[in-house]
Amino acid sequence: MLNLATDAASPASSPNGTEDRAVTVGPRVDVLETESEFLVVADMPGVKPGDVDIRFEKGELSVHGRRPATREYAPTNYQRVFKVADSVAADKITADLKVGVLTVRLPKVEAVKPKRIAVTG
Amino acid sequence: MSQIRRHPLGSLWNDFNQVQDEFAKWLGRASTVPTAAQLTVWEDEHAVYAEADLPGVDPAKLEVTVTEGNQLTVVGERTPPEVPGSVWLRQERPFGKFTRVVGLPALVDADKVEAKYVDGVLKLTLPKHEAAKPRKIVVKGE
Repeated sequence: MLNLATDAASPASSPNGTEDRAVTVGPRVDVLETESEFLVVADMPGVKPGDVDIRFEKGELSVHGRRPATREYAPTNYQRVFKVADSVAADKITADLKVGVLTVRLPKVEAVKPKRIAVTG
Repeated sequence: MSQIRRHPLGSLWNDFNQVQDEFAKWLGRASTVPTAAQLTVWEDEHAVYAEADLPGVDPAKLEVTVTEGNQLTVVGERTPPEVPGSVWLRQERPFGKFTRVVGLPALVDADKVEAKYVDGVLKLTLPKHEAAKPRKIVVKGE
């Protein structure tokens, strides 16, 4: 049912091929699960919120952040792809980026959330 | 507190770190694993610059000190995500206290050090001490 903890194959080259000096790295991530959602937390230091691209298609979540070149570094592409279970409500995925940490929230579809059934006497 | 379900190696890794921490303490040094910041240091004729990727750190808990004019210390702490009622499926991001001490290539003016924390990157500008700046010597003709 849940395959979020397994990476799908990542494309090896940079997505647009424009920055040939660019380095592509897989960011370190934490993945957490609660009753109602999955959380993917990724370290993307140096990336601004406008430079993040998150896609969800064919059951795969791909996160991509572009870090511009600095005096000492080549531009960096943080990229990682996750296989996501069908139990995720794709249209309700949200993400935010704060102090270099990207948090993607993947709410579960109603059907898989645990429900408390009231017992009547 | 969130419940933790780790990779089997995870607990071993923690034990290992703990042992290393103890060992570091015993040697009278702060731990430098595995949360330690990678510092990049470079210089020009006016200043020494240092940068460290420290995503997700509370800037209020970041401490930057310069001692003896050329020893830079960065102390901070990274906390794990606190999500009530959650279980871990994967845990790769390091957390805990870290200390990094580096010797700088020149004497700097500790009063004029500038520290910025932007998008999870700590950027330091450490202006060189007058004595460390290159000086042009005028050659007098006879």
